[in-house]
Formats: sequence, C-alpha cells, structure tokens
Amino acid sequence: MTGPQTDFPAARASTPRLLEVDDLYVEFHTRDGIAKVINGVSYHLDPGETLAVLGESGSGKSVTAQTIMGILDIPPGKVTGGRILYQDRDLLKMSKEERRQIRGQEIAMIFQDALSALNPVFTVGNQISETLRKRKGLSKSDATRRAVELMDLVKIPGARARIKDYPHQFSGGMRQRVMIAMALALDPKVLIADEPTTALDVTVQAQIMDLLADLRRDLNMGMILITHDLGVVADVADRIAVMYAGRIVEHADVHALYKKPAHPYTEGLLDSIPRLDSKGAELATIKGLPPNLMKPPTGCAFNPRCKYAKDICVTDVPPLLQLGDGRTSACHFAKELLDGRL
Amino acid sequence: MAVSETASKGETILEVENLVKHFPIRQGILFKKKIGDVKAVDGVSFELRKGETLGIVGESGCGKSTVAKLLMRLETPTAGRAKLHGRDIYKMGGSELRRLRRNVQMVMQDPYTSLNPRMTVGDIIGEPYEIHTDVAPKGDRQRRVQELLELVGLNPEHINRYPHQFSGGQRQRIGIARALALRPEVIVCDEPVSALDVSIQAQVINLLEKLQDEFGLSYIFIAHDLSVVRHISDRVGVMYLGKIVEIGTEDEIYSRPTHPYTQALLSAVPVPDPEARAHREVIRLEGDVPSPANPPSGCRFRTRCWKAQERCVTEEPLLILRPAADNHLSACHFAEQRHVVA
Repeated sequence: MTGPQTDFPAARASTPRLLEVDDLYVEFHTRDGIAKVINGVSYHLDPGETLAVLGESGSGKSVTAQTIMGILDIPPGKVTGGRILYQDRDLLKMSKEERRQIRGQEIAMIFQDALSALNPVFTVGNQISETLRKRKGLSKSDATRRAVELMDLVKIPGARARIKDYPHQFSGGMRQRVMIAMALALDPKVLIADEPTTALDVTVQAQIMDLLADLRRDLNMGMILITHDLGVVADVADRIAVMYAGRIVEHADVHALYKKPAHPYTEGLLDSIPRLDSKGAELATIKGLPPNLMKPPTGCAFNPRCKYAKDICVTDVPPLLQLGDGRTSACHFAKELLDGRL
Repeated sequence: MAVSETASKGETILEVENLVKHFPIRQGILFKKKIGDVKAVDGVSFELRKGETLGIVGESGCGKSTVAKLLMRLETPTAGRAKLHGRDIYKMGGSELRRLRRNVQMVMQDPYTSLNPRMTVGDIIGEPYEIHTDVAPKGDRQRRVQELLELVGLNPEHINRYPHQFSGGQRQRIGIARALALRPEVIVCDEPVSALDVSIQAQVINLLEKLQDEFGLSYIFIAHDLSVVRHISDRVGVMYLGKIVEIGTEDEIYSRPTHPYTQALLSAVPVPDPEARAHREVIRLEGDVPSPANPPSGCRFRTRCWKAQERCVTEEPLLILRPAADNHLSACHFAEQRHVVA
C-alpha cells in the first residue's frame, strides 16, 4: 500500500501529488436550463494531510467529491473541463474498468447518512467482506476474518459477535464506524469523508472525528473532509478550501484562515456563528441568499451579498490572487481585506 | 392586538411540574401485550418567565422533542402538570383550551415538510384566523398576513406564492409568521435553525430575538447546537435520558457546569478556533446513550460517567441546589464546577 511518493511528504516539487483537481468544470443539464455547479475548482491533497472543503448547500463541495470518485450521475451531470490527477494519471481520461480499480482501492468515500448507505437486508459482516471477496479474491473465511480485524480497527466493541448483526441493530455512531471499516477494506490512499458526522450527536461526533484523525495518521492516508461546520474544520484540518457557488473562494492554512480571512464570504461565515465561550451580542449576518446557479450574478458570484462590493465586483470575475504561503483568494480586494484596509 | 393575559416581564407564566411521558411497547398480534415502556420524559420540572428564552439541550432520544409536544398538548402526559398562568393545561377544555392553543404556538424544525405544499403562503399564515375567527375579522385577514410577512422580513407581495418558491431560510420565516399570527405569549421552537445553512441560520436567530423584544415573547428553544442555545437563551436546561440533569442561567451552565454530562457535552463541541486544539480540555465519553426503555438504575448517566461510584447505582441523584454549584440545580451526587469551555 505504500506508493513511492508517500514516504517523503517534504519533497513536493518533483514528486507527483497524491491527488490533484485541476480547473474542474461540471454542469447539470436540467429541464429548466443548465446549472453551472463547478466553475474551475482546483485543489490538491498530499499523503497524511487533511484538507477540509467547506461550503453551504449548493456550493459544489459534494459534487466535486462525486466527480473524483466517478459516482456523479451522468446525465444530468456533465464534466465540461479540467483534470483530476491521481498520482499523475488523469482519472477523467480513464476507461470505466480502470476507474473501477481506483475506486475503493485507491480512493474511498464515506457518506453522511450511514443508515441509507448500508444495505438493510445483509449483515454488516457480509457487507464489509463482500468488497474483500469481490476485489481481492479472498475466500469467505479469510474475508470474514479480515472484516473482524477492520471492525476492531474502527473500535467496534465485540467485533467478532457483532459481525452477524444487521445495520438497524447498530447505533448511529457504530453504523458510521461500519461505513469507515468498509471504506478502509482495500487500504485506500485517499479517504473522502462527506459530512461524516452531520447526522450524529455531538459526543458521538467527537468520537468519530478522533477515530478518523487516528486512522489518517496511522495509515498515512490523505483525507478530504467535506463539511459545513466551521468548528469541525478547526479541530482537524490542516488546510481549508472554502467554496461558494461552485468556486473555491479562499484556500489557506487553517490557522491563517481563522486568524484573518482573506475573502469577505469567509469573514461573513466566521462572524455569523454563535460562540460557545460567550453569549455575544447580535450575530453578524450575510445578507441575502446563495445565488441561483442557473443564472449566477455577473462578476463575482458573491457580490450581491458582499458588504464591500464595488463596481468592479459586478463587472469582472475576480482572479485567484496569490497571497503567499500557498494562500489564495478569489476577491478583487483580498490584499486590502487582509491588511484591514477595507 | 394585546396579549390576552398580561404578565409583566420576569413573572413566571409557565410552570412544568414533574412531567412524565411513557410510551408503551407492545408485542403480539391479536392480544397486544404491554411488555414495557419507553420512558421518553421521566420527571421534568422547570419554569418559564415572561420575555425569557429557556434553552433545552440534549442528544437524540433524550426526550426534548417529547417535552415540546407535551407543552403543545399534542401528547397527553402519563403524569405531571404544566401550568400556564396557574392553570393546568391538561385539564383545560372548551373555550379555555382554544385560548391555550392561541397562546402557545410552535415553530418546527423542517421548513420543507411543515408547510403544506398545496397552500399559498397567504393561506398558510392566515389559516389560524379561520379557526380563531375572533382574532381578525374576515376582511382584515389579508392585511394582517401581509403585515406578518413584512415583520419576518419577507416581501408582502409574495402572499400568493407557494412554499416551493422559497428557500429554506425563507420557509422558516413563513413558519415563524404562522406561529405569530395569533399573537401568542409562548413559542416552542423545536430545532428551528438546524436545517439551515450557517449564513441563513444567523438571520433567523436574529429575527427570533427581534420578535421577542418587540412582542415580549417567551421561548422554549430546543436544539442540539450548544453554541446557538447559549447565544439565544437566558437559562438552559440539559437533558439526558428523559431527565433534566442540570439547569441554570446561560452563564452558569456554560462557564460553571457542575454535572459530568454537561461538562462532557460542552467539551465535545468543536470550537471554530484552530489555536484552541492544543490546550482544550477534552472529555470523551465512551459508548452510546442507553435505551430509554431500560434506563440504568440510580443515576442514568452512571454507565458513561468517569465519576460513577456505588452510590450512583443505588441512589438517584435529585435535581437540587448543590453546594458546589452555588446557585443552580444539578443532579449529580458529586457535582463540582469544572471549566471546560476555553
């Protein structure tokens, strides 16, 4: 499971990235017209790191992940541009069979709703070992043995006994652990977690996030964490990409971003969440609503809601400004915002 | 327009005493035998004052939504009383019950399923006037509905639109307008912002606060997001397995929690500050919440509590003033202040 490049995370320039999304465009063709849901998204992932993709509903965070996994419904979805490089090979140019080999074995995914992602009429042992039998050609008994190991790995108590249980016999947190065990069955190098704890209670959420962090470290996986929760991101992410209307509006090291956002949308989000450590005064809000992707605003997609918007924001799409240390922001006034001059 | 019974700010208007709701578990086809009870709410007491917000927090299955239904008189309690202005709401009938229905309203969690898709917004908000005809004369209704729409920040011209033409946040505003139509004194909000995106959530929270100031409303605010509850509440009750384990002012619960469950719950909340990662005190609870059909003896939290001793198994801790909790109620034999929120 160790690729040649997983061992030296420092030497980046010469070695290929583990995963790189490069200028991706995705549209949905619907009865009412064409919705441009991904508009030039680029990000990358290195082994052993956690990239958080943060955004609200409709921002395109999940569609990007589905495109990487090759589970986007086509039609109505359509990839209209860009590349997705996995260890320098473009996933979008591969045949169906080649992509099937990557899926699960190289890149695996876990979903928000573990109950609907599991099959209610098969035991969890059966569902975990199915992958092993089909993909690795293990015998039934070997696959079962490995399934027990995997359930131990994700800390399901009494794994040997519980392997014969059905999904409904597990609690929400335990079901999510079963999902994680299934995702890890083929030793993937990339784990995409799409809102893995959104459906869970806060104490269980903490357990699952701890587990994911431990597994990522122990197995040296790269993890893409898709979430809308600014708290979860701050707890586990190394880097963070903030999405709005199908674009990454800000991309930064997690410490830098929380210290001083370089995009008005990020700033608005951070200001609008209530705090646990004080009651606080009236919440700052981002006015208005997210844009309709069928007819997005001209210029910067955030301009109708932005408190700093100027004429140029309505006319020109902001370029991705480089702000040093790998930090980027898609705002005409990112530098001014960072310097507090807005 | 004025509230039917007038109470000055700070006066207790709702008193809940030892409220119990057990749901029977039945087995068998012809002769359904009762084999047990789900003890959803098992002895809950609190009071609500005029103009105040009482937050109720807890994890799924702790009984907080059942409390909401009981207060709305949508469920009949197994035992206990809830008195509005000194009158037991479960003994009301006839015109007194109709007045109660006017006086206590509800905002639901899901803005998608709680609005009838075949009714216009005007019909939805105006429907309460059909039942309580004395509140608004027929010719006056449209004007009233438009006033309400404006009050909650929607365009009064949209009175003839249908729910699907609105976004999630706007629909929640419609739900709030409907709750306000009869000028109630108490509004029970059951997870009113959980289904909304972060940037929209703040708008709805601010709206609820504005309306409270304007009309002197009292809120029961049920939610699982502890930061939101702190922001909006004056007092907070923490529920676990059908009981309130700790209740006090917002500051007492968040800054000086004394019950181990409150402490664990607060420490599990991910904080949007990556710098806090290193020095935050983390209490991780083991396992899941036990079944409310068969709660543990003595203290219900003892199976997950790090402080549990023999006494916790045999003796149920009462929700009383504890020396260590100077001025608020805590249901732990070993109540002790601990600072968990950074």
